[in-house]
Amino acid sequence: MSSTLINKTGSPLPGQRKAPSAFSGRQLIASVPGALKKLDPRFMWHNPVMFVVEIGAALTTVLAIAQPFLGSSAQTTASPTSLAFIWSITVWLWLTVLFANMAEAVAEGRGKAQAKSLRDSRTSTVAQRVVAYDEAADPGAEHVEFDEIASADLALGDTVVVTAGQLIPGDGDIIWGIASVDESAITGESAPVVRESGGDRSAVTGGTRVLSDRIVVRITSKPGETFVDRMIKLVEGASRQKTPNEIALNILLASLTIIFVVVVLIINPIASYSNAAQSVPVLVALLVCLIPTTIGALLSAIGIAGMDRLVQHNVLAMSGRAVEAAGDVTTLLLDKTGTITYGNRQAAEFNPLTGIAQKVLAEAASASSISDPTPEGKSILDLAVAQGVAIPEAAAGSVSVPFTAQTRMSGIDYADGSQVRKGAGSMVIAWVEETGTLPQKTRDEIDKLVSRIAEAGGTPLVVARRDTAGKGQLLGVVYLKDVVKTGLAARFADLRRMGIRTVMITGDNPLTAKAIASEAGVDDYLAEATPEDKMALIRKEQEGGNLVAMTGDGTNDAPALAQADVGVAMNTGTSAAKEAGNMVDLDSDPTKLIDIVGIGKQLLITRGALTTFSIANDVAKYFAIIPAMFVASYPGLKALNFMQLHSPASAILSAVIFNALIIIALIPLSLRGVRYRPTTVSKILGRNLWIYGVGGLIAPFIGIKLIDLIISLIPGF
Amino acid sequence: MNNTWLFILQALTLIVVLGLIYRPLGDYMARVYTTQKNLKVERGFYRIIGVDPVSEQSWPVYLRSLLAFSLIGVLFVYLVQRIQEWLPLSLGLPPVEQGLAWNTAISFVTNTNWQSYSPELTMGYVVQIAGLAVQNFASAAVGIAVAIALVRGLSRRKTLTIGNFWVDLTRGTVRILLPLSVVAAIILIVSGVIQNFNPFEHFTTITGGSAVIPGGPVASQEAIKEIGTNGGGFFNANSAHPFENPLPWTSLFEIILMLAIPFALARTFGRMVNDNRQGYAVLSVMGFFWIVSAALLTWLESVGSGTASQLAGGAMEGKEVRFGIVGSTLFGTSSTLTSTGAVNSMHDSYTSLGGGLLMLNMMLGEVAPGGVGSGLYGILAVAIVAVFVAGLMVGRTPEYLGKKLGAREIKLASIYILITPTIVLIGTALSFAIPAVEASVTGTSMDNPGLHGYSEVLYAFTSAGNNNGSAFAGLTASTPWFDTALGVAMLLGRFLPMVFILALAGSFAAQDKVPVTAGTLPTHRPQFIGLLIGTIIIVSALTYLPVLALGPLAEGLK
Repeated sequence: MSSTLINKTGSPLPGQRKAPSAFSGRQLIASVPGALKKLDPRFMWHNPVMFVVEIGAALTTVLAIAQPFLGSSAQTTASPTSLAFIWSITVWLWLTVLFANMAEAVAEGRGKAQAKSLRDSRTSTVAQRVVAYDEAADPGAEHVEFDEIASADLALGDTVVVTAGQLIPGDGDIIWGIASVDESAITGESAPVVRESGGDRSAVTGGTRVLSDRIVVRITSKPGETFVDRMIKLVEGASRQKTPNEIALNILLASLTIIFVVVVLIINPIASYSNAAQSVPVLVALLVCLIPTTIGALLSAIGIAGMDRLVQHNVLAMSGRAVEAAGDVTTLLLDKTGTITYGNRQAAEFNPLTGIAQKVLAEAASASSISDPTPEGKSILDLAVAQGVAIPEAAAGSVSVPFTAQTRMSGIDYADGSQVRKGAGSMVIAWVEETGTLPQKTRDEIDKLVSRIAEAGGTPLVVARRDTAGKGQLLGVVYLKDVVKTGLAARFADLRRMGIRTVMITGDNPLTAKAIASEAGVDDYLAEATPEDKMALIRKEQEGGNLVAMTGDGTNDAPALAQADVGVAMNTGTSAAKEAGNMVDLDSDPTKLIDIVGIGKQLLITRGALTTFSIANDVAKYFAIIPAMFVASYPGLKALNFMQLHSPASAILSAVIFNALIIIALIPLSLRGVRYRPTTVSKILGRNLWIYGVGGLIAPFIGIKLIDLIISLIPGF
Repeated sequence: MNNTWLFILQALTLIVVLGLIYRPLGDYMARVYTTQKNLKVERGFYRIIGVDPVSEQSWPVYLRSLLAFSLIGVLFVYLVQRIQEWLPLSLGLPPVEQGLAWNTAISFVTNTNWQSYSPELTMGYVVQIAGLAVQNFASAAVGIAVAIALVRGLSRRKTLTIGNFWVDLTRGTVRILLPLSVVAAIILIVSGVIQNFNPFEHFTTITGGSAVIPGGPVASQEAIKEIGTNGGGFFNANSAHPFENPLPWTSLFEIILMLAIPFALARTFGRMVNDNRQGYAVLSVMGFFWIVSAALLTWLESVGSGTASQLAGGAMEGKEVRFGIVGSTLFGTSSTLTSTGAVNSMHDSYTSLGGGLLMLNMMLGEVAPGGVGSGLYGILAVAIVAVFVAGLMVGRTPEYLGKKLGAREIKLASIYILITPTIVLIGTALSFAIPAVEASVTGTSMDNPGLHGYSEVLYAFTSAGNNNGSAFAGLTASTPWFDTALGVAMLLGRFLPMVFILALAGSFAAQDKVPVTAGTLPTHRPQFIGLLIGTIIIVSALTYLPVLALGPLAEGLK
């Protein structure tokens, strides 16, 4: 299986948890003990469909045991009565229940494997708890007493000190200090991250290791309810609660089961009038074949596997409800920076003034950027190299002039007295005009260039130089541009086809926002957005009946994260943000929101497809069993035996065997999920109806016929 | 070949006429149930019964009003029958016997119009008019009211009310059923259906035999019998009687009357939810079953085996020569698919498979197009289940017309679908499971032994549970068991589903509407029409395969 199913680019997501190996026979065998344990009626009760099968299997077992002792009185039915037949039915009924339990056990087993690595990180450590923390007088907790306490005994609000090399004993916020932290146990990402008090990067997770420095942490979770604890419970499926759609589906399946119980119960009163009464095992066989066992058996496995897929994408959902809601999302709020564009602006063009060669401008811009550590500066060098301009070496004695908020320029001063500057238009022009007023024509030209770039959503950087004589000269403008991530426009188009509207959120002015929005292909944008604006937008969308998904990391995002139907908090974010959202992305990759929507949809599609398949199967099973039951009394009913099944006994047994085997056959699909690609609803429905509806009609005809061919070779059938 | 052309011509005539009626009638009905204006006569009526026509009801209140009204109806019809001997124009008939009176009262209030009696030998004119004919109007208006309440629920948002039962009842009767009946009755009188209050005339024929010529206000009853999908005949022979249905074309006319409102309600539905395409989708599903079933039945009856059939050019036993095979099969199909239950031929005499098909028509749940109102709400309930499964398959929490289908909605729709099969199957099984009952059923009631006798019983419960009212005439149903059990079946089969439909209406009305996006499952395309057809076949019809196998199928596949 591939966990990159959703990721259109095909490349595995960064830090992605390794997908469990392909579904194998070994996993199946390993699940048998768990499956047997689940035969306990107190457990089976939660799955009404399979519970009915278990009761039927138990009943048949009793009858199979009793049959030899009952003698001829049991022979007054029109059904096949050979002992071999009854025992075969019994065994396959038990296998049906067992297969259903195995499906669930396999799904849980895969989660358990993932949970193991997490659990290892949870090993109890000794925490240095500050006895009497005084935030005002001694924020660093350098002159206080500590007591040593097991991490499992830490209470909410405790303050601990963690030094380099130690494991952080519990989830919390750094209240003093800065440290680099190895979070690979949680995220799978080996590069350490910096965590510091205050701001949006203050949250630390229990079980991660401090690599350097010393921090004071206030514990924000109760023991046993830490992030890792919750994660373990989720991936193991232990705290799994049925989601709204699952409950509704269960009700539908239970109703179908009730109808078929009635159908089967009334057969004998009527059939005995026609001397066609059936034995109990045959009636149980009919019942088990008619009730939706396929979906009933796989339903919980599908749910667990859906959660699992999220974890493979390094996303933790706080509830299954959130995963389902992700499939329903109709509006995606995407932050511009980091989600739609790369974090930084990049140089896209050199625009020289009339009379200045492009090469001259490129060289000057590069020269001013050699010692510029900002990504913008680096991107100027990259662009120059790309255009074939040789980057001048920093000459000896030259001094780099860094950007400051006052000058709003950066550049370089050479030993010979010449200087190069790049920066905000007004500042650079003023710098040039210090040496003499510019001609009006040049001013007009530069103004035109600058405003053109600004209107297009870019940032203009004006470049100028002074020669050794101190004479200033304007060279041109560098076009710094927000670069939209590649492939996004296509993905947004996919989303639009699926009825999902994308809204870009940015602090930029409306002009810039509009330009980037149209380049990225989002449906709408919110410019100069404050957290309050964001909140208002979510409310407005929800009032119109839309379901909103968003990402956020800062504490001021928390209200919006809580208000959104799907709020994905970045793992780098604050505890407040993580607490408010209903999912946490361990990779802190906001683009993943799109994948999450896909996973939610895939979960629902898989349920619907297998339900359709299960119900469509009934047609073939009816036509296998009904003629077999009554053909002894009414030979004319042979006409309904379309499949030309060998004998009544083999027909009934084949249907039961098919019914059991199809569960095993569909376990991989229920774990992997039905293939899902964003496209129009009609296409998705058409495809799934074709495969699972029409396929569900045809497949059992073929399957039952094949099984019957094999059974017909067994003497006595 | 003869029958083929006859079928094509007659079916085409029906399709053209019904097609012409569909839009104006559907739009008119939508206006009737949405307008704020009340007629003068209606205002007077509201004042008498003390109802404020402007105030609306929540679904439990709507339901209580409906049940109270129906209960009074049952008691009244029962009473009128029991005091018949003191009533005028009673033709000298005695009071109707207790069990039969209970059965008949329920039968007419539930829009079933199952008749365990010979009307001309049992009911005088006053009972026919004040008791039965009134219920023909009332029960039909109740059915439409429930359907309208459900559609209102789907079209509203965030409200607790689903309309006012008394207003819906009154408007349905005064503005839809009465005018249509008057027009239809006049057309029927002109074409030869009788309308008088004459006593029955006894006379001696030229050959010396004695005969009776019955009279009565037949045309007025006949019109509402078809328009309200009631089906209770003025005479025992029902629409096969020349005084009820004299000519081939009156037979076609009566088919149109049966189908007009049930089909047009699809339009009303589309209108009220502001999307006529939704109406056309429902209409297509209804029309599909109707045309396929009619064609199949005509074929089965035309190729009827046996010497007599060969010589007659088809299975003519029990069919009127003036209607022929096609006139009979079209009527039979329409009558069993609309929960009318009127007959112009004897269903008991159809070929085994043909009779089975008539049963299957009812077993579809009376949704194609179904009874007035009940057909629409029935098909919408199945549509909800179909949308739920299909909706999951496109990766969204399923929604129908902007309403989310959550646990509550699915529970209500599933139970709705469960009710009727359970009633039919258990009723049939009990007839054979209880020894004393079985003795009565096989000894007294069944006209035919063996498989056909069983089919008669299955038909009776199918007809009662689905509120159709037609019968395999061979069955003697005026026994304590059938009077009681069929009465219970009719009662539960009518009012239990209504409880769940009105609860659904309330649930939908309370919801907000989800906006339609490109991600919404479209419920008007051929794709969905096919899906709904498949769901009806698999969820409703296949449930009955075992019991059909033991009767009509075993008999027909000899």
